[in-house]
Parts: sequence; structure tokens; C-alpha cells
Amino acid sequence: MSDPIIICRDVHKWFDDFHALRGINMEIDRGEVIVIFGPSGSGKSTFIRTINRLEEHQRGQIIVDNIELTHDVRNIAAIRSEIGMVFQSFNLFPHLTVRQNITLAPIWVKKIPKEEADEIAMKLLIRVGCPEQADKFPAQLSGGQQQRVAITRALAMEPKIMLFDEPTSALDPEMIKEVLDVMISLANSGMTMLVITHEMGFARAVADRMFFFDEGLVVESGTPDEIFEHPKEDRTKLFLSQILTH
Amino acid sequence: MTAPVENLTAPTSPGPIVWIRRNLFNNWYNSILSLLTLFIGYFVVTAIFNWVFNIADWRPVVNFPILYLVGQFPRDQLWRVFLSTAMVSLLMGMSWGIWGKLVRPFALSVGAFFGILALLPVQSEILSPANRALLFLNLFLVLGGFALRRFEVLRGRYIAIGWIVAGLLIVLVILPGFRGSAFLPEISTTLWGGLLVTLLLAGGGITLSIPIAIFLALGRRSSLPVVKGFCVVFIETVRGVPLITILFMFSVIIQLFLPVESRLDRLFRALIGMTLFSAAYTAENLRGGLQAVALGQIEAAKAVGMNNVLITGLIVMPQAIRAVIPALVGQFISLFKDTTLVLILGINELLGIGKAIINSDPEFIRLQAEVYIFMAGVYWILSSIMSYSSRQLEAALGVGER
Ligand SMILES: Nc1ncnc2c1ncn2[C@@H]1O[C@H](COP(=O)(O)OP(=O)(O)OP(=O)(O)O)[C@@H](O)[C@H]1O
Ligand SMILES: [Mg+2]
Repeated sequence: MSDPIIICRDVHKWFDDFHALRGINMEIDRGEVIVIFGPSGSGKSTFIRTINRLEEHQRGQIIVDNIELTHDVRNIAAIRSEIGMVFQSFNLFPHLTVRQNITLAPIWVKKIPKEEADEIAMKLLIRVGCPEQADKFPAQLSGGQQQRVAITRALAMEPKIMLFDEPTSALDPEMIKEVLDVMISLANSGMTMLVITHEMGFARAVADRMFFFDEGLVVESGTPDEIFEHPKEDRTKLFLSQILTH
Repeated sequence: MTAPVENLTAPTSPGPIVWIRRNLFNNWYNSILSLLTLFIGYFVVTAIFNWVFNIADWRPVVNFPILYLVGQFPRDQLWRVFLSTAMVSLLMGMSWGIWGKLVRPFALSVGAFFGILALLPVQSEILSPANRALLFLNLFLVLGGFALRRFEVLRGRYIAIGWIVAGLLIVLVILPGFRGSAFLPEISTTLWGGLLVTLLLAGGGITLSIPIAIFLALGRRSSLPVVKGFCVVFIETVRGVPLITILFMFSVIIQLFLPVESRLDRLFRALIGMTLFSAAYTAENLRGGLQAVALGQIEAAKAVGMNNVLITGLIVMPQAIRAVIPALVGQFISLFKDTTLVLILGINELLGIGKAIINSDPEFIRLQAEVYIFMAGVYWILSSIMSYSSRQLEAALGVGER
């Protein structure tokens, strides 16, 4: 067998009485690009948020890069520093400039000297195509630019894994492509990625495997080819027909 | 393609006559109202002018400039006040250079204040040409400090440290001095007075209350029941009691519990009272700001690996503070005006000096109106500067708003 970077075994999560995750099993190899899709409320966000402990799972086991997620604060810090996350609503820090948004964590968490952090930030901004925005505030940017900056902010911590929670669903159609392009080039560079998205073009282009979530369970998984061309489960077929026709 | 060419030039604004006709005399009842207002306005303004320049007797104001400024601070030790103001002026100028228009109203008012003081057309042996030159120096220090911004070495951090060091030096060393010292003889705070005390109490109260308020606001959200309970009880108790009661408590009751030799200075007690009072209100304002910070901000900060201390200090607090700046400034302005209450503790701040002057000469008793109007003017001007600066601050910080 290979050397998985994320192992989830029988992960359960309750919100009070509501059973949001009902036993998720998943092993993800280094460099794999995973697309997670499924109907609203199926537990997709809850699941990827358990991986960097924004949500706490109550049963089962999550192991990230050989560190098991427990209550130990040091474990959580160590694991969070290996995982970058991009949110649907960007969540940039509105009181800081783009450059400060990106360098804040490298300077304060990783204790990198400011000059060095600035240099890294500029390199990354060039890579995502908005170096000229460095001294602007988030409110002065378009949605697509904000999301690219948010990706940059996560990358500046040099994570081994990137989580994306519907990164393009708050964007106007003409900006979706610029964000997807950045994600595609990131995928091609060998980053391990877990992406919740309904952009099926993106899934076809770069996903190694896809997971269909429904009611807190993985209903079906497979390569994009298997999922799109030969889905086994009726629920998968129904859902795909719904999102592919509109 | 057929758009008329003359429409391409911006319309010129109408002249004043046209403006008046359009806005003040556009129909018969508006015309009557305008005329009436003009009429009343004319009589009020001429009456005020007549009173100020012909009837009013300004002797109790203009004859005692130094009393209003520093109270009974020993006249041979005034250089210590001059030194303090010089430090403040220089720092004001440098802050203006670094932080730009946020500080400009403060810096310019400090400069203007000393400039005007230096040129004040009143007779006073203290306002000798040499001392007037010293006062005028402050104006140059403000402008000189501003000019220093060319040198890149000046950083916000150094200036902030400079303010703290200067503040401590002024309050703990330069003004009070030391018992038995020949160079800096002790000056009891009972001799301090006037605007000096007003500004020390207001400035000290505001500055000291901010860090306390931050701890109270955070403590109130703490998950530790003891911390939370203490903060809630403290905040609610202080807010449920008038300032005057708190001042009395600190000046009288606390003293009873302390051994005679460790009794606190009267001015210091008043300062503690004002600080704690202000801290409770500031904490409540801040709590509102803390609640306004979006949960997504905290999640984003956690996701980049920040711990709770960093999240609070770098993400949550800065956003909470900027959300409540207008409320805070309003509250600081009332604290500034509330400094007049220390009068009841026998501290001669600005208002106390005014009263003392009125009582000093039977002839002045009928001149109370002049004194109180003068002091109302001083408080009004200082409050206006504060609220003007806060609007600048809001506008400048608005850049990063959603
Ligand atoms: N903090 C919470 N408290 C209570 N219930 C929650 C909480 N977060 C999520 N849930 C519930 O858990 C279920 C799964 O939510 P989740 O956000 O993971 O769904 P999702 O698949 O990401 O859906 P969407 O496509 O709408 O984002 C939903 O029914 C939701 O109402
Ligand atoms: Mg979701």
C-alpha cells in the first residue's frame, strides 16, 4: 500500500441530537485531488472542517500526516499548520491589507522575519495573478481577487494539504474561471487537495477521485470517469442529472 | 449621435444670488420665514457682540491666565510645565508626521493653543517676553516634529514608546518632583490646578481605562466562571452608580481603610475613580464590538494556525475597536467634561479655579457669567476637537471596511 496523508475511520459527528456525519471512511494519498459533492445539508462542510478541527468529531479516528487528532492542543496546532483552508465567503481580514493578510500568520505563527514573509507573499501573489493588489484592502477587490488572495493566504503557510469549501459558489460567473485556473495549477503542482464543489468541469479536469455525500454518508466514490460515465447508485445518478442539466 | 454638444460641459454652479433666490425665497412662506430668521439672527448676534465687547467685564478671566492654566503650581518651577508641554508638542508633531490626518487635528490644536497663548494680549508678569518665547517654541516643536517625518528612522512603534515614556516621566518625575531634591523639589498635587489638572485627569483616565476595559470585556466572555463573574459584577456595579459616588468612595471611604502613612494622593485617587468608571463603560462598548466580529474571521484565523491569544489580539480586538470608535469617543468626551466633578474633592481643576477666582474678590461675584461663559467656551472647543478627530479617524479607518 501507499502512504496516505489523511486517514478517516468511521468518523461520526453530532450537532446536539442531529447526526451530521454517520461514519465516514476515507484514505487520501499525498498529491491526490479529491472532489466532494452532494446535496445541501449532506455533511460535506462538516466533514472537511473536522479535518482541521474547526469541528470536533465525536467518534472514530482522523489521522493527518501521522498525527492523530485528539484534544491535545499541540496536536491541533501542528495539524492546522499543515492544512490550508479556503472558505466560500473568503473570510479575509477586512482591517488588514492584502499583503498583511498573507504575511500575518507566517510572521506570528511561523516567526518568519517580516522581509522574508513579504517576499514570499509577493511571489505567491504573482503566481495567482494579482501582485498589483498587495497594498489594497479586501473591500477594494473583486470577489475573484479576494478568493485568490485567500488562497494565497493559505499557501503562505506552506501547507501540505489544502481544503476548499465551495470556493467559487459566492462568485459571479465571469470570476469563477480565474479562481478555478489557480486551483488547477495548484493541483498540477502536486498539492493534496480536498475540494467541495459542484464545478464538474474542474472535477473532470483534475480530480483523482470523487466522493458523493448524502445524509452524512459517502454514498459512492470513484474516479471522475466512473462517477460521470458509470454511476452505480441511483441517488448519484439522480443528483448528477440535476446538477448537470442546469 | 445626435446628442447636443453643449450638454457635454459640466453645468456651472449658480451664483450666490441665484442660490439665495432658489433656496430661501422660492415661495411666499419660505420668504417670510427667511426674513424672520434673518431679523432675529441679526438682533441676537448684535446683542451678543454688544455684551461681549461693551458690557461684559472680562477682568476675572484675563487677569489670571496662569491660574486657569496651572492653578497654584509654584511660579519659580513653571519650567517643569514648559518642559512637559515641549515633550508633548514634539511628540504630537512626530505623530502627525507618522499617522497623518488621524493626529493632525490634535497636533494643530496643540500648536495653535500655544501660539495663541504666546500672543495673548493680556498683562501678566509671568507672561514675560522670555516665557512667551518658550510658549511659542511649542508651535515650532509641533511643526518641527512633523518635519522629522522625512527621516525614515521614525517608526510608529518608537513614537508609541515615546508617548508612554514621556507620559510616565511627566506624571511621575517632572511635575511631582522628589522630596528634598534641590533640582526637582517636591510639588504637592494640591498646588496643581486648572487646565493642567483637567487634561491630566481626562488624558490619564482615558489612557489607563482602555487596557483595563479590554481585559474586562474579554473577561466577561471568558469561560472561567470566576473571571467572568468578577467582570460582570464589576462592570454592572460601576455602571449602576453615579460617577460622583465613585469619586467620593475613593476619596473618603478607601482612605479610612488604609493606614495613615500609605494614604494615596488626592489627585491620584480621583484618577483611579475616573479610570475605573470609564473602564466599565468602555468595556461594555467593546463587548458590543466583539459580538459584531463575524465567526468566519475567527475560523479563518484558526485555519492559518493562530492560537487564541493571537486571534484575540490581531483579528478580533482590532475589528471590535474600530466598530465602536464613535461610541468610545462620545464616552471619552463625557469623561472629559465629567472631570469637573472632582471639584467636590477639593481638587482645583479648570472649573474649580474659576469658582475660586469668583470667590476671591467681592467685586467678581457679579461677574460669574463672564467666568462661566469663558469656561463653557473652553470645554466646547476641546470637545469639538475630539469629535472632529474621531470623524477623521472613522473616515480613515473606513478604508478597510466591507
Ligand atoms: N453548528 C451547527 N449546529 C447545528 N447544526 C449544524 C451545524 N453545522 C451544520 N449543521 C447541520 O449539519 C448538517 C450538515 O451541514 P453541512 O454544512 O456540513 O452541509 P453541506 O453538505 O456543507 O451543505 P451545503 O451544501 O449547504 O453547504 C446540516 O443539516 C446542518 O444544518
Ligand atoms: Mg457547506
